[in-house]
Amino acid sequence: MDVFYQQLINGLSLGGIYALIALGYTMVYGIIELINFAHGDVYTLGTFFSLAILTGLGVSGEVHGLALVGVVLVTMLAAMLLCGITGVLIERLAYRRLRNAPRLAPLITAIGMSFILENVMQLWKGPSPISFPAVIPNPSFQAGGVEIAAKQILVIVLAIVMMVALQLFIRNTKMGKAMRATAQDRDAAQLMGININTTIAMTFLIGSALAGAAGFVSGVYYGTTWFFNGFEAGLKAFTAAVLGGIGNVAGAMLGGFLIGLVEAFATQYIPQGAQWTNVVVFSVLVLVLVFRPSGLLGEAVPEKV
Amino acid sequence: MNPAVRRSLRFVPLLLLPLVPLVDHNNSHIDFLANAGAFILLALGLNIVVGFAGLLDLGYAAFFAIGSYSYAMLASQQFGIHVPFWVMLFAASGIAAIFGILLGAPTLRLRGDYLAIVTLGFGEIVPQTFLNLSQYTNGPNGISSLDSPSLFGHRFGFSATPYFYVMLGLIVIGVLLASNLQNSRLGRAWMAIREDELAARHMGINTTAAKLSAFALGASFSGLAGVAYAAKLDLVSPDQFQFNVSVLVLSMLVLGGMGNIPGVIVGSFALSFINSFLLPQSTNLVHSIGLTWIDFTDYRFMLYGVILVAMMLFRPEGLIPSRQRRAELREALTDPGISAQEQTEYEGAAR
Amino acid sequence: MSFFKLTNVRKTFGGLVAVNDLSFAIEAGSIVAMIGPNGAGKSTVFNLITGIYSPSSGAIDLEGRTLRGLSTDRVTARGIARTFQNIRLFAFMSALDNVMTGCHAQMRASLLDSLLHTPRQRAEERTVRERARELLKFVGLEGDADNYARNLSYGHQRRLEIARALATDPKLLLLDEPAAGMNPREKEGLIALIRRIRDKGVTVFLIEHDMHLVMNLSERVTVLDHGEKIAEGTPEAVRNDERVIEAYLGRADGAA
Repeated sequence: MDVFYQQLINGLSLGGIYALIALGYTMVYGIIELINFAHGDVYTLGTFFSLAILTGLGVSGEVHGLALVGVVLVTMLAAMLLCGITGVLIERLAYRRLRNAPRLAPLITAIGMSFILENVMQLWKGPSPISFPAVIPNPSFQAGGVEIAAKQILVIVLAIVMMVALQLFIRNTKMGKAMRATAQDRDAAQLMGININTTIAMTFLIGSALAGAAGFVSGVYYGTTWFFNGFEAGLKAFTAAVLGGIGNVAGAMLGGFLIGLVEAFATQYIPQGAQWTNVVVFSVLVLVLVFRPSGLLGEAVPEKV
Repeated sequence: MNPAVRRSLRFVPLLLLPLVPLVDHNNSHIDFLANAGAFILLALGLNIVVGFAGLLDLGYAAFFAIGSYSYAMLASQQFGIHVPFWVMLFAASGIAAIFGILLGAPTLRLRGDYLAIVTLGFGEIVPQTFLNLSQYTNGPNGISSLDSPSLFGHRFGFSATPYFYVMLGLIVIGVLLASNLQNSRLGRAWMAIREDELAARHMGINTTAAKLSAFALGASFSGLAGVAYAAKLDLVSPDQFQFNVSVLVLSMLVLGGMGNIPGVIVGSFALSFINSFLLPQSTNLVHSIGLTWIDFTDYRFMLYGVILVAMMLFRPEGLIPSRQRRAELREALTDPGISAQEQTEYEGAAR
Repeated sequence: MSFFKLTNVRKTFGGLVAVNDLSFAIEAGSIVAMIGPNGAGKSTVFNLITGIYSPSSGAIDLEGRTLRGLSTDRVTARGIARTFQNIRLFAFMSALDNVMTGCHAQMRASLLDSLLHTPRQRAEERTVRERARELLKFVGLEGDADNYARNLSYGHQRRLEIARALATDPKLLLLDEPAAGMNPREKEGLIALIRRIRDKGVTVFLIEHDMHLVMNLSERVTVLDHGEKIAEGTPEAVRNDERVIEAYLGRADGAA
């Protein structure tokens, strides 16, 4: 039973990262109905940027106290900013022109962008996994028979805080309303005076920034990174977004944690589970899309012919 | 020029190509052509799914894997089964076709992007499965020492020449079949489905059957290529069938001209050429003038990415487009007509 | 047994009742019309008939056999064809190809035939191509055969959609606002065309706003408002019905 709870914690931490990435997918899909293939790679970029910043700050090991807070804030916020800008640039260069093109076109472009980003990162840091400094002291706590690492708590708390912040933003700010309006009916939103280009750019900015945060957290959590990380993580995060209900922020959070749990339990309870987690997660994707495409929290889109 | 003369000019390469190995005795050249041939076959197959039927399959390498692994398991020491190469060509394309239907079935009700993601998922699951079932597939090491094909008692050996002719033959057959399909009742049905699936159903078109046919036929080409390629390489391993292979084949279509058979062949050959000659030779060139840290082959994936992005932005119909595709893709950009959002609502209603 | 019958058909979308307890019958060989203010649910009725939606309850029968539960392509195979309010032609296919697509269900070429272009397949293609040309001629578009559908004028596009629908060899033809956007001369041509279609043995069921068309063409008119039938009868009777006049806020607009 302890094993169960252990995996529960593991799954939730894993899921926290997926949830942060899934938020970006769901926001972009909600507003322009595009699966931003390159989003997973923006997440990896977040880790890479964080690494560069930490190196720039001269940090290579644990930091404590106020310095820790400073380092974490600076690195994470800088990574978020850089990733946000990257996202906006990608949208501007690759997707904007194709907004009205047949669906195939922007999707193919997204794949292309993903490949470009991956290759850039490969050239930047090489084809092998690289290590990420263990910046955060990581004491573990015992609760019953379960060991909880400080890092895990950080991930889970951060994910929840980000989601709440995002929800508040979307509910209460003018830009948030603009995003919701554009997602529902782009033409009507334009007629209401909403600048579509700016709104969409903001969506990418925020979504990519969240991926950047996930990238930072991932570096701290795993202690390692790799240029190709984003591909798998991106697909799993997308599965999470679909599972929760695409276009739905709370859904992305729920989906993220669920997928994390699925992965943790699969690893534990399926013989040689670690090898099969990808298959399991992708099977979830297929099952959801076939049987309940609106996801857990999404509404079935009313059809009108 | 007289159109009949122009049409028959297309056959000139067909007459000249078989002469190449007789004229060029450099085995590495023939080897390159044979490999390029396998990818032309793959591109022709993907063209049926993406170009004709409009179904964006991002996991196409899965069928390539199925074809290759079928050969590796049924024509080698692995299980002591030795099905002849020529029989395997048929068998593997059949097996691949069946998987085309199996993997296509869940995607039938999905919209463009979701369909793409699901196929991508399958594209990951298949090689991963081959990797994991190591008691059958030797895991990451793969299966080697595959049976050499033989024809009239002569084994193929190490020379690339017999494989060159096999590929050429398969391509000719493939082009004929694909071209026939395009100009048939099924080809029209695919075009209609691509344009407006709801309206297509109102024409009495069974869109389910039509889409599954596209998957099956496309996969069968891949199965063929898989067998021939495996026999030639004498090795099958999971890392030959990763996502970048699916993307490479897609890039070939995008570059050459989706839906247009001559375009697809040109695009495929062009990318193979760039991969196997242009990049390594440029690297050598650059090394010879002292810039030894540059290796253009490292930029391979970026090249695919740039091709995809640039072509979609500037010439989505490809280098050698069909007239229809150019009209479809360009006019949609300048005159959106029914906006993408409306299109979603309609598609959402289609059951 | 009537030719075509709706019995107590009801369709709800979540909380919204789009069609409420609708019943009416159509006689073979007739031309009937359904009118009503916008949003009355008329297109929804067509969508229910062709299988895009499933009725929440009620029966839809053609020649005594139920259409409920059939997929759209099966409904077409049973003999029901339709045109769309927003014109859903295959924009980047030629007019001829559009019509040939309509012949799809009647063609017998198998996958093997298509792969190998057997003599049977080639003969069938020739026959179908001929039939498509005849249909284009029937609607007056023989000169446009090789043009992309999207390049045709609006009025020609509407006629092409009709030709394409006729290619499916229907017993019942559903026309959704076929006269929308046409000028008076085109409308006269449309009236003549619909009569020719009926003379060929096809029953015509149309949705229209243009009262002139409805008066001239239809033998019976059903009036829908908010998903319910509020009147039914001959065009004259319906035109003078108080409830109908009220539903339209006083005036049937015939000069659209």
